[in-house]
Amino acid sequence: MDEARLKERVAAFLSENDPDGDRLEFLRARFDAGLAWVWFPEGLGGLGISRELQQVVERELAHTPQLDGGVQGIGLGMAAPTILAFGTEEQKRRFLRPLWTGEEIWCQLFSEPGAGSDLATLGTRAVRDGDEWVVDGQKVWTSGAHHSRWAILVTRTDPDVPKHRGMTYFVCDMHAPGVDVRPLRQITGEAEFNEVFLTGVRLPDDLRLGEVGDGWRVAQTTLMNERVAIGGGPVRRGGGMVGAVLEFWREHPELRTHDLHQRLLSLWVEAEVTRLSGARLREQLAAGQPGPEGSGMKLSFAKLNQALSGLDIELRRDLGYDDWAFRRSETVDFYGRGPGYRYLRAKGNSIEGGTSEILRNIISERVLGLPSEPRVDKDVPWKDLPR
Amino acid sequence: MTSLLYSEVEEELRAAVRGLLADRCPPAAVLERAESDPYDLDLWKTLAGEIGVAGLLIPEEHGGAGASASEVAVVLEELGRGVAPVPFFTSSVLATRALVQAGAAGLLERLADGRSTAALAVSFAASPYHPSRGSSVRSADGRLSGTVTGVAGADVADVLLVPADGGLYHVEGAQVAAVSSLDLTRPVATVTLDGAEATRLGDVDVAEVLRFGAGLLASEQYGVAQWCLDTTLAYVKERHQFARPIGSFQAIKHRLADLWLDVVRARAAARGAAADGSPVSVAVAQAWNAGVAVRVAEEALQLHGGIGMTWEHPVHLYLKRAKATEIALGTPGDHREALASLAEVPGPERGQQ
Ligand SMILES: Cc1cc2nc3c(=O)[nH]c(=O)nc-3n(C[C@H](O)[C@H](O)[C@H](O)COP(=O)(O)OP(=O)(O)OC[C@H]3O[C@@H](n4cnc5c(N)ncnc54)[C@H](O)[C@@H]3O)c2cc1C
Repeated sequence: MDEARLKERVAAFLSENDPDGDRLEFLRARFDAGLAWVWFPEGLGGLGISRELQQVVERELAHTPQLDGGVQGIGLGMAAPTILAFGTEEQKRRFLRPLWTGEEIWCQLFSEPGAGSDLATLGTRAVRDGDEWVVDGQKVWTSGAHHSRWAILVTRTDPDVPKHRGMTYFVCDMHAPGVDVRPLRQITGEAEFNEVFLTGVRLPDDLRLGEVGDGWRVAQTTLMNERVAIGGGPVRRGGGMVGAVLEFWREHPELRTHDLHQRLLSLWVEAEVTRLSGARLREQLAAGQPGPEGSGMKLSFAKLNQALSGLDIELRRDLGYDDWAFRRSETVDFYGRGPGYRYLRAKGNSIEGGTSEILRNIISERVLGLPSEPRVDKDVPWKDLPR
Repeated sequence: MTSLLYSEVEEELRAAVRGLLADRCPPAAVLERAESDPYDLDLWKTLAGEIGVAGLLIPEEHGGAGASASEVAVVLEELGRGVAPVPFFTSSVLATRALVQAGAAGLLERLADGRSTAALAVSFAASPYHPSRGSSVRSADGRLSGTVTGVAGADVADVLLVPADGGLYHVEGAQVAAVSSLDLTRPVATVTLDGAEATRLGDVDVAEVLRFGAGLLASEQYGVAQWCLDTTLAYVKERHQFARPIGSFQAIKHRLADLWLDVVRARAAARGAAADGSPVSVAVAQAWNAGVAVRVAEEALQLHGGIGMTWEHPVHLYLKRAKATEIALGTPGDHREALASLAEVPGPERGQQ
């Protein structure tokens, strides 16, 4: 399908569905029309066409109800591509539509107190019991667990084999008995992430995603997509964080200094080449899966956000902070809050979704083909690893 | 939206240029001739005539290929990767652009098939923002007088084009003195005109020519950076110290990962500038790529250890090209400063701070 035919299709959809009517009805109809994510297969919100063409749909539907990229981020960016790649037909049909419309929010139960960068050491156990699995363990830094209906969950199912082999991936029912979500207060004051205790949580086997023992491979798909989702979003020239700083900069000539000017120009250039690089990466992805090159986008994004949000505070000479109240976050909204919040929240950008150090490891090994450091953990059964 | 990827035609052109360079001018050969006779004119003849790169930017009605800037950019990537000592950039990009502007049909036809090679007597230290830097040439009664310093490609050109007072002149009888240059593979010369006879070819907007050139130079810089990165990667995988390849040390891996990210963005910036050529895209590509080429060349040298410091290893050719090219057609700082107005990032008001 080419751009012209796609535009016709969007026009036909708009003639039958009123964007000013019920928001949810509109989004459901958009999914059913294959205009949710056009590169997904027909019947699952897509048309099975090139990913690049999504821009056309977004442009044509810019004035209609939009998704909430904040709370829906993990569902859209990570759960959906994983379900698409590894889910059964039934799982795809059950989960993708409410995930996309935002009727069901998703979170990511990966990190644990003892397993962060080294995710593959995770110890949350899942033990088979007939048609069910019983899950016990603790997850941490779980963003948005407090509004989630479902989670993507990685567990240990076989402690007797080396760590990468004994894992299994599930969809976790966040309403199941034994799931306990407790807020963790962040440096911004609020609690966007949580700790999640899983005690005797029973998950039917049909919530398993991928084969038993194949959880690491499934998790890799999630993580690759996570890095693109965090770093690869389309922005226009001069948009994103640089746009937020520039707006204030233009309005306040009295606060500008030569030093800030030099630094801002450098960051402007870096933001622009990063944007171009993202556009190029998206062209390459077209329909396929993102490769490890996506890790580069997340690395650049983290560095830029941190530098720009830091500069913003200096520019404003702002000694205040908008609100330290400890409350559960509604969503992640960089721009809806003050510069202090942006500065502090951006610190997480080089930690969440793989730290910048880990991303450099990934780039150097998987993209550049450099040898890994000598390792002591690869062939040791998980249960015998030093802790 | 214009694509930032390479078209099939571009990939074919790249393969042809790369194949020829691999065959005829490996870095060792470039090094060997660098001090005696830097330009490889036999190679240039094959490139210009047989592969047809000389006429890429020349319209078809003047015997050229009427190709896009994006195709030229791919040739420059390869020439950068090879630090190839040929006057493509100076003759087929800068001088050709000036001739196209002036509408000089006859000369364009001579350049199109590589029969003649031209140089534009503009300093490499000039920029779209200071197009006359390095030049004191004036016209009087159809004759030109003055000097231009830092002119690249003039010593191998048989057609010398001199801009003066808004016009483009074809000059014979200029004095061209090569100077000992930082960039061994693209040395510069001082052009002196002492009442030289000159034929006015038409009007020329030197700033526009330099902007066009600067946008494309970003592709050459990307090619230089890519060679340095590739060569260093190969070296750190081979070289062992402490019973391990040095490329397995994280301190080295992380540096290379960061360089890779810079190079990836340099490629996108170069493609962007070639595709649209707007003042913003050109300034962005130059502000970024010039620095990246220098940084990667410097890191390449460092990560080669002692061998990197030798005359024998070609990395210095790339470092010299990168550093000289950082100045050419505007420094990164010049281009960033230009962005202050181009991208509406105004500076402090006078007396501020
Ligand atoms: C805001 C935020 C939101 C998050 N949301 C989620 C979520 O929704 N779901 C989820 O599962 N997780 C989430 N995380 C967790 C995140 O993925 C982890 O924090 C991250 O992977 C790092 O793990 P860690 O905290 O255990 O740090 P560690 O792994 O202990 O790392 C500590 C330091 O050591 C460095 N380090 C570790 N290993 C190496 C190495 N091999 N080489 C060099 N340096 C190394 C790290 O880079 C880091 O600087 C979130 C984190 C943040 C900050």
